[in-house]
Amino acid sequence: MIKLFKRSPLSARIGMLVIAVNLFVCIAAPLIAPYGETEVIGEVWESVSAPNSILGTDHLGRDLFTRMVYGARNTVLLAIGITALAFFLGIFFAFLAAVLGGWVNQLLSRSVDILMAFPTLIFALVVLSVLGTSVPSLVFVLMIPAATRVYRLARALAMNINVLDYVEVARIRGEGIFWVISREILPNTLSPLAAEFGLRFCFVFLFISSLSFLGLGLQPPTADWGGMVRENAGAITYGIMIPLIPAAAIAQLTVGINLVVDWFLHESAGRVPEEI
Amino acid sequence: MNKILNMVLKRLGLGLLTLVIVSMLIFIGVEALPGDITEAILGQQATEETVAAFRKELNLDLPAHVRYSQWLYGIVQGDFGMSLANKQPIGEMIGWRLSNTLFLAVTAACICVPLSLILGILSALYRNTPFDRIVSMTSLSAISFPEFFVAYILIALLSVQFNIFPSMVTLDEDMSFFQKIYEVFLPCLTLSIVVMAHMMRMTRAAIINVLSSPYIEMALLKGIDRRRIIVEHAFPNSLSPVINVIVLNLAYLIVGVVVVEVVFVYPGLGQLMVDSVAKRDLPVVQSCGIIFATTYIFLNLTADILSRISNPRLLYSN
Repeated sequence: MIKLFKRSPLSARIGMLVIAVNLFVCIAAPLIAPYGETEVIGEVWESVSAPNSILGTDHLGRDLFTRMVYGARNTVLLAIGITALAFFLGIFFAFLAAVLGGWVNQLLSRSVDILMAFPTLIFALVVLSVLGTSVPSLVFVLMIPAATRVYRLARALAMNINVLDYVEVARIRGEGIFWVISREILPNTLSPLAAEFGLRFCFVFLFISSLSFLGLGLQPPTADWGGMVRENAGAITYGIMIPLIPAAAIAQLTVGINLVVDWFLHESAGRVPEEI
Repeated sequence: MNKILNMVLKRLGLGLLTLVIVSMLIFIGVEALPGDITEAILGQQATEETVAAFRKELNLDLPAHVRYSQWLYGIVQGDFGMSLANKQPIGEMIGWRLSNTLFLAVTAACICVPLSLILGILSALYRNTPFDRIVSMTSLSAISFPEFFVAYILIALLSVQFNIFPSMVTLDEDMSFFQKIYEVFLPCLTLSIVVMAHMMRMTRAAIINVLSSPYIEMALLKGIDRRRIIVEHAFPNSLSPVINVIVLNLAYLIVGVVVVEVVFVYPGLGQLMVDSVAKRDLPVVQSCGIIFATTYIFLNLTADILSRISNPRLLYSN
């Protein structure tokens, strides 16, 4: 692990630092934030140079820095939760389909095909119009498209491993399906799946932000980066750059993750010939 | 030739089947609304008579499969039903907005397809040079940025700082073509940047993939000019993945267009759909959803067919 880190290029290290800072802010949000999440401290869109705040105030006179910190917590933690859930579901069904084959595989794969025929945002909009914008429906809407993509990848990976000799041996030995899945297939698909986790997280995170930006994600007064861009969008026509701050916050995290994932993919692709 | 026709027909059939299932899902989804649509609209205090009359007006008293076939039959004929919010025929609301959305998407496609092809080929040709690194870093960031970030940066620069282009789009029907282009410049640029990043990266990967095959090395060893290798040997063979990349990213435009339209208050279909979701105007959402989904499925289908035609190996395997 340490060896791997020492070999990492500068770009990946920057990415790791960015992720670490974001996670720290998420966890320690109440300690870092100088005010309460919805506390009004001043006038509307006070400038950065206001004496009592770091980044100025938002459209209701709340401290922007505080909102940013709580926004990190709400958005990032929700995205991590949804990605994890999508991974659990996607991988579980993918491995089941790969190991069992037959009609289970057909049923699951065709259902995923149908779900993937929807553009993700359109799927979300239709479902949200029916279910209304609550956190559970948001989780559903974000998890399903992510899970279908995970399913595709995980099934392809598992199919390749499922035909290898040592899996055959395990089956002949009389091991059950779940033993084969958890002890033979899972460990051998971990590295590409880890990279996929990063990419899926970015997808979910950008998706939540887009929905919040459209006013259909987390509802106010909950702080959320996408929603903050929407709330403060009017400021930009007065030359006040406040909406760019939460938008940049979204961008820095996804860029950071992409930098690490890029390196990770490069590393896991390049390592194979060395070992052979 | 027969083989191609056969494949095209088969794919078209599959696409049509997908479309029918997707339309069913959109329809059933609205059916599955918790409670009743009448309650959502009339409120809890509605008397039984008004509810019954309203249900009859919306044909809610008919069984689901009858309503589905009526709905689908109407859509095929261009009749989308009535909006719940303002009681106007949806077809009229959609027509002009759909043409605006198409105008935006087509203009963006005209900019980003040639540019990303050129950039993709160049950075494959000069890979691992500073040029490639810069293009690659820029496109990686553009992919990671949410669409609205790109949009607001452009607004802050070109609209607020320098006041060249309008930050809100106003369109009307008797504008000249160039006036329209001027109005949609910023949304179009935003969309192009986002889509170009994806397209360019995938084109580069596809060409590099081909460049690493033995026959390219053979051509190099024969002493053929580098440019000729790219144009005559590598490009035709990377056509299949590249076409795929282009059409798939055009499908991505469909999703991107929604957010961009909201940023620029663009009078398009995406903006209408988002507004209707907030108002829970279900028939409008359904109609917009089916239009977007149809376009998306159609583009994916085209990508599939074109990449199969341009790669004989795909044509002759199943």
